[in-house]
Amino acid sequence: MTPLAEIRGLHVDFPGNNGWQPAVRGVSLTLGREKLGLVGESGSGKSVTGRALMRLLPPTARIRAEALRVAGTDLLTARPEAMRRLRGARIGLILQDPKFSLNPVMPAGEQIAEAWRAHHRGSRREAREAALDLLAQVLIRDPTRVFGAYPHELSGGMGQRVMIAMMLAPGPDLLIADEPTSALDATVQAEILRLLDRLVSDRGMGLVLISHDLPLVSRFCDRIMVMYGGRVMEELRAADLHAARHPYTRGLLNCLPRLDAAQPRLPVLARDPAWLEGQ
Amino acid sequence: MIEVRDLDVRFGKVHAVRGVSLTVAEGESFGLVGESGSGKSTVLRALAGLVAGWTGSMSVGGRPLGHRRDAVFHRTVQMVFQDPYGSLHPRQTVDRILSEPLIVHRIGDADQRIARALEEVALPRSVRFRFPHQLSGGQRQRVAVARALIAGPSVLLLDEPTSALDATVQAEVLNLLADLRAARHLTCILVSHNLAVVAHLCTRLAVMQHGQIVEKLDEATLRAGHATHPHTQELIRLSRDLDGTG
Repeated sequence: MTPLAEIRGLHVDFPGNNGWQPAVRGVSLTLGREKLGLVGESGSGKSVTGRALMRLLPPTARIRAEALRVAGTDLLTARPEAMRRLRGARIGLILQDPKFSLNPVMPAGEQIAEAWRAHHRGSRREAREAALDLLAQVLIRDPTRVFGAYPHELSGGMGQRVMIAMMLAPGPDLLIADEPTSALDATVQAEILRLLDRLVSDRGMGLVLISHDLPLVSRFCDRIMVMYGGRVMEELRAADLHAARHPYTRGLLNCLPRLDAAQPRLPVLARDPAWLEGQ
Repeated sequence: MIEVRDLDVRFGKVHAVRGVSLTVAEGESFGLVGESGSGKSTVLRALAGLVAGWTGSMSVGGRPLGHRRDAVFHRTVQMVFQDPYGSLHPRQTVDRILSEPLIVHRIGDADQRIARALEEVALPRSVRFRFPHQLSGGQRQRVAVARALIAGPSVLLLDEPTSALDATVQAEVLNLLADLRAARHLTCILVSHNLAVVAHLCTRLAVMQHGQIVEKLDEATLRAGHATHPHTQELIRLSRDLDGTG
């Protein structure tokens, strides 16, 4: 079976004051119908790696790779029309804050219907039916009310459900969720992640969950890749997180304050310059 | 040191804080926990004098607080905000940002005080003439802490001081806050949605929901999971669930 996405030797650079500034340095991954967590601090290259899978990087970025394929399409050579057919239809993107990623002057339901119609042939009525059905699938109790509501009338959790419904509308094989719950409260965060988990499993989709929160990601993913300085430090099964070997992964886990035990001081991560060098 | 009694805050039709009372002893660190919209930040902002139209009574160091605060108040009470990028003047250098409180409070010896303040928050001297955008998130929050402390306050109000930071940087800033608090014998109120962060810094805390305090408990009770209110129990369960200790 061909993988949903394949990245081999990805390098992404941005122009800086002193020449090219590397953001991603030689990342490789193969993604099947599974839940992959991409974890790291700000500047680790996790979001840039995710964006590269949709080729949604600024035009000034320099992208080099031995292979960059999604659903059989070669992203390195794909023309803009081919990319447009791919985005939405095969691969969806959920961003951090629905306040900024939903259109503020269009009712939520219309936005879902629009996404549906962009990829299916159907009448307005069918699109509306599909949107209401999707709202019910993301567990919104009163789909008709939410359909007609503007984004500012929705809470953060509701907005993120609408966002998920919109991304599911074209029926993609792969979802990329970039910090999908960082703007939400802990109670809502858990609900949204459980919902994503269920939808992805039921539909047999692939999920790339990008986050700075290592414990959270390990709770919802099958596999974790820990990134630092544009490189993959360690790759492991989520269930084996407690057995992580790399000092960076261990450092990320140990520096968190704990609720179950008091620590007089939090261990601070000592960064080893060697992590940025070759394997 | 801090006393709040029957605090009520309304924003138009929204009743944001409903009858909140709390006392914090000198040198104590008190936590305010809750979800967004629970009113926890509004309590802190009302104390700091950043909210108009509150009712009830508040006092700091035995001095009752009016609706307008004087220079003595601001010299005693300082605040650190969540997002250092939003709370530092983007077109002022760190040197200028740190001189402002000294000018306002007519404190001399600015040069040495600024150098000492930077040292206290473990920032290299080289950042003194940089702008906020040239610093990392953790460095910016250190500047915000240095600015709050430079006029020598005895009360520090912390509004989600580490939630915009990476976990590794959060650890550094939490250690710094713990050191400074001990060194300067500060009285603190920490607002956070993160129970583990609050337990780390505070000995007592209050849990807020819908503008009200639903439960007050101490650190040991929180850590042992012996909360009585269902909302507190829910927050503890989620926190354990997500940090993998459940």
